[in-house]
Amino acid sequence: MGDLYDSQRAMRRMRKAAMQRGVIAILDIGTSKIACLVLRFDGPETFRGADGIGSLAGQSSFRVIGAATTRSRGVKFGEVDAMQETERAIRTAVQAAQKMANVRVDHVIACIAGGRPKSYGLDGAVDIENGLVTDGDIGRVMAACDVPDYGEERDVLHAQPVNFALDNRSGMADPRGQIGNQLTCDMHMLTVDSIALQNIFFCIKRCDLELAGIASSAYASGISSLVEDEQELGAACIDLGGGSTSISVFMKKHMIFADTVRMGGDHVTGDISMGLSVPMATAERIKTFYGGVMATGMDDREMIEIGGDTGDYEHDRRTVSRAELIGIMRPRVEEILEEVRARLDAAGFEHLPSQQIVLTGGASQIPGLDGLASKILGQQVRLGRPLRVQGLPQAAIGPAFSGAVGLTLFAAHPQDEWWDFEIPADKYPARSLKRAVKWFKDNW
Amino acid sequence: MRPLSAPRRPRALPRDPAPSKWKYRYQRMMLTPGFRTLIRVGAPLALVTLISVSWISHDANREMAVAKLQEMKRGVQQRPEFMVAALDVTGADDALTTTVLTQLAVVFPISSFDLDLENVRSTVEALDGVRSARVRVGDAGVLNVDITPRTPVALWRDGLELRLLDQEGTFAGFVATRAQRLDLPLIAGDGAQAHIAEALALFRDAKPIADRVRGLVRMGERRWDLVLDRDQRILLPGENPVAALDRVIVLHQARDMLDRDVAVVDMRNGNRPTIRMNKEAADAFRRVSQTEADN
Repeated sequence: MGDLYDSQRAMRRMRKAAMQRGVIAILDIGTSKIACLVLRFDGPETFRGADGIGSLAGQSSFRVIGAATTRSRGVKFGEVDAMQETERAIRTAVQAAQKMANVRVDHVIACIAGGRPKSYGLDGAVDIENGLVTDGDIGRVMAACDVPDYGEERDVLHAQPVNFALDNRSGMADPRGQIGNQLTCDMHMLTVDSIALQNIFFCIKRCDLELAGIASSAYASGISSLVEDEQELGAACIDLGGGSTSISVFMKKHMIFADTVRMGGDHVTGDISMGLSVPMATAERIKTFYGGVMATGMDDREMIEIGGDTGDYEHDRRTVSRAELIGIMRPRVEEILEEVRARLDAAGFEHLPSQQIVLTGGASQIPGLDGLASKILGQQVRLGRPLRVQGLPQAAIGPAFSGAVGLTLFAAHPQDEWWDFEIPADKYPARSLKRAVKWFKDNW
Repeated sequence: MRPLSAPRRPRALPRDPAPSKWKYRYQRMMLTPGFRTLIRVGAPLALVTLISVSWISHDANREMAVAKLQEMKRGVQQRPEFMVAALDVTGADDALTTTVLTQLAVVFPISSFDLDLENVRSTVEALDGVRSARVRVGDAGVLNVDITPRTPVALWRDGLELRLLDQEGTFAGFVATRAQRLDLPLIAGDGAQAHIAEALALFRDAKPIADRVRGLVRMGERRWDLVLDRDQRILLPGENPVAALDRVIVLHQARDMLDRDVAVVDMRNGNRPTIRMNKEAADAFRRVSQTEADN
């Protein structure tokens, strides 16, 4: 188990180093855009102790000093498709953000939207030796979770302890120092395709940057666009991205489920492009200017020039009514939302005490989407915007940036993961020298 | 009908704004604080160094710089505040002052930076009549030489010359004739200057017969002869000459010994003082004795 998380531990160390230097970059590699934010950790919260969350939800420790967005190239379904192209796009975004921040960044926290994430709920139990739960016991109980066979070609992206139970008391956030006999732990583990992960690693490395952390974009969107009570009582965050739609379910401030639907706004654009036989760029423009999902009588009369460049007058002067456009877009949006519904049902979302659904992401800006979504997903639907963080430019506060903003929160306050705890000594590989060194370190 | 004007150019897709790998790296490098400092400070420094080194590497430039520097230095040194225009000798008599003035031979006006005061002092102190000298550049650009002259206490006849000696027996000048310094006692003979103190004590002791004393002669660098007028001599011992002289003076006062026709009073042997008479006196004495014997 130990070797598996070496790269995660290395990233955590890198994050610490970046925090000491005070500058870290956020890279949201999406299908339609790549966003880069440069954070500077110099606020008054930076140096306070880890005692709860500070003022402004702990965000006063950093501010955004550089932000840049560029059209994404070479990314499909949230995965790297053409590495050279992606690398160039990352370089563009990073360079522009660096230029705005006027500081060099070396450490990057990225998120991965694709890679077919798969959620697992694990549990494990250990007996407490001397009646008092210690740090070592937490590590032991997490190591005792029986890991399912998630396949050769997959890597663990998140492994967060969600719940601790001591004897018959459940729902504990921190059992350390409490008295009991048996400690039980529920853990949420998220795996993604190794290839997708490695491609992102490699792209970032080729840009002379060091990866200081990687998160699932579903998780990042969730922590930025769900408000505190939604996170506490249970809610699903649907991030309607360009190439994929990420679903994350939160409960008791922990992500308990994540999934993606490999469809997004780009598919809507593709449908418009095909249905109206216009280029993708034109289809994208028509979608953003005139798009919608709820047709009214007014829309029959609103004619949209879709243009063309063939030189044929009839072809270049085509018009289409907004109702027709909605007729093209709506089935695809419905398909996406129904797929989301199916995933949520499979996850057992209806058993949660609160069934709030928050739509965010660039495609959530389609007018009338909340009405359509409430028909498919249930009554408690709202459109979510990411939390406001200090220094974020006006252009980057829309719902399309919920992933990027979520990463800034992730950078500032990463949740405890499996690899943040001590590996129990008996799980160490039988390298006696290493154990001896550890013994020395622990005792002196 | 097709319009005759050229069809509207399709808006070209924006060129890929991605920076090239090297441009990206260059930008990152230029954002590195250390590198920026290096460029901001190091490059001008290197340029200045390069220019100055290439300028200095020409001999002519170097010489010009040195000459310029010297000129500036002279310019400062020759300012009127630093100029010395006169020489003032204090504490010496006219003869010594004249000697000092001729010996120093300083051409005025001169900058005080060029004046070697130590050298001036040693030159002045090397003069015979000078015991010590203090040299300083005083107010209003005057070189002040304050001399403590040697005070002569005795005359020393050395061959044909008459020299002045001070307390330590150091040579303090010449005198042309004895008449010039009748106030000083006269001594003579080799090694006399080394025993000035003893000689002076003898002279003080001989005060009762001072009008008759002509001088002291050092004999064989060992002892003194007190020479009186009428070619009389008192031969004093090498050791404790003052006591011997006292005895002679007491004899003189009691018996007017020295008024008699005595040529030499020999006190060299304290147990046996001896008197040598003049030839005529001796003859007369002898004749008288003969006569008395004959009678």
